[in-house]
Amino acid sequence: MSTDAAGLGRGRAVGFMVPALVLIGVFLVFPALWTIYLGLTDFRLTGLAAADPKFVGAENYTAALGDERFHTSLWLTVQFVLGSAVIGQAGLGFAIAWALRDRSGPVRRVVEGLVLLAWILPSSVVAFLWIALLDGDQGTLNALLRTDGFAWLLDHPMASIVLFNTWRGTAFSMMLYGAALESVPPSHLETARLAGASAFQQLRDVVFPRIRGHMLTNLLLISLWTFNDFTAFQLTAGGPEGRSEILPVYIYNVALNGGKLGFGAAVSFLVLLINLVLALVYLRLLRGRRGVAA
Amino acid sequence: MTVGHETRPAAPPAPAGTGRVRHSLGAIGRATFLAMVAGFFALPLLWLATAPFDAHPTITASVPEFTLRNFRSLLDNPYALGSLANSVIQSAGSAVLVVGLAALAAYALSRVRVPGRDALLYCLLLLSSVVTGTAAMVPIFELATRLNLIDTHLGVILTLTGGLLPAAIFILKDFMDATPTSYEESARVFGAGPLQILWHIVVPVVRPGLATIGVWAVASVWGSFLTPFILLRDPEKSPGAVILYTLYTEGGSPKLDLISTFSLLYSLPVVLMYVFVSRKYGFRFHGGIKR
Repeated sequence: MSTDAAGLGRGRAVGFMVPALVLIGVFLVFPALWTIYLGLTDFRLTGLAAADPKFVGAENYTAALGDERFHTSLWLTVQFVLGSAVIGQAGLGFAIAWALRDRSGPVRRVVEGLVLLAWILPSSVVAFLWIALLDGDQGTLNALLRTDGFAWLLDHPMASIVLFNTWRGTAFSMMLYGAALESVPPSHLETARLAGASAFQQLRDVVFPRIRGHMLTNLLLISLWTFNDFTAFQLTAGGPEGRSEILPVYIYNVALNGGKLGFGAAVSFLVLLINLVLALVYLRLLRGRRGVAA
Repeated sequence: MTVGHETRPAAPPAPAGTGRVRHSLGAIGRATFLAMVAGFFALPLLWLATAPFDAHPTITASVPEFTLRNFRSLLDNPYALGSLANSVIQSAGSAVLVVGLAALAAYALSRVRVPGRDALLYCLLLLSSVVTGTAAMVPIFELATRLNLIDTHLGVILTLTGGLLPAAIFILKDFMDATPTSYEESARVFGAGPLQILWHIVVPVVRPGLATIGVWAVASVWGSFLTPFILLRDPEKSPGAVILYTLYTEGGSPKLDLISTFSLLYSLPVVLMYVFVSRKYGFRFHGGIKR
């Protein structure tokens, strides 16, 4: 793959990368490093420590790791990622792509269009739509199910945001798997079907081995995005009583609402480390695939 | 959503009798599944389709008492239409930067072995997904203050571009890796320079990928709330996402007539853009190369 077909040369290649790297460096890496530094101070939004933050070393980290609320939040985030990204978005996205694989015409356009619409709409609008859907007094869902006054967002906050995020993000997986399925030769599936393989056997023996790389890339991206997604805040704000306080919401609540910016920065860094571990796991699985292919 | 009539099996039935039964059961199951999916995804969207035209919008989606008066009262809001123009400036600016810079970088990364390439990409991807959230908002605000970027479109554009670039490079590199290099080799034999090759040969081939990234960038910026909310103070420069949250009464309850109407207007451009791009380039991953 890395044969230098265009005669780019290492010097020009670096030249091509510099503009992007400069922007990333200034507006991404630099704030990240600053965040790490802030995590070692008692920087606050207001008061004395706002004007003159003091260096406190690892105090924020030990405080965070010992915080019951942090543990709860981490566990809720794991549920959120597994439920809405891995099972919800990737599972449903694959199922839709599989069901539509040899379809064309209005059914495909309507289903794909609706799924994509959920993904394309701006997040502030989408949050309003779901509040309107799930509202306890006048929500559309209660009107449909005749369950008047049932406050979904208060009684089942986690289920609500898991369902919401599945609805919101399935399009990405659907499109990626749709494209991946096109790379599976139809003749292979036909042969398997003639040999009497059930749909499950076709998937396991013919489809999955071929699209494993796409599946892993997709899972990595949507897991990371879901792990750090803030849109759920606009639905439940982490409540009631922190029962849907996933990590990004937790950080917002302690850092900007609670004013403990240094502490929030430390938690952000912990989140970064967790994501790093997540990415390394996927990377290992991908390497495994390359080893098999070679 | 009536999908019932579409039960014609797309593939020829299997020869054995049991296979045929299984196949038609499968077709019915598939149609039911697709109908349920369509219902699930359509349900939350109902409100957006009805409330803007309702004389007395409530939070329930219902058959509206039809009116266009809500659009009139939206025009009276001093910031509503201007905010959409701001959204256009910010998302178009970011999309151009993201697509251009990511294409250059992805091409270089795909064709030349840069030491530590994969590790670098993964690190940046990680950073981008973490830092663009609430975590780095304080440093970003301080940085923008020092660079005199507060209250400018450029500040919002550069900040958001920095956050979008890593994922854009990541996805585009996949596209570039999948293109055959033989065209580039022959172009080089005829004396074309690297930029010419990129522009005349690689860009046309990976156009579906560029379109995907462009739409994705516009949609992300169009919907982003936190960055413009923090970096812009002047409501004259605020994009739609921020203005949407100002449409409350003094008592703090949402003005549903304005919110639903503005939501519709504010959503329309991204939806139209998607339809346009998907008609023109085919909006899907990897698809353009294989056909």
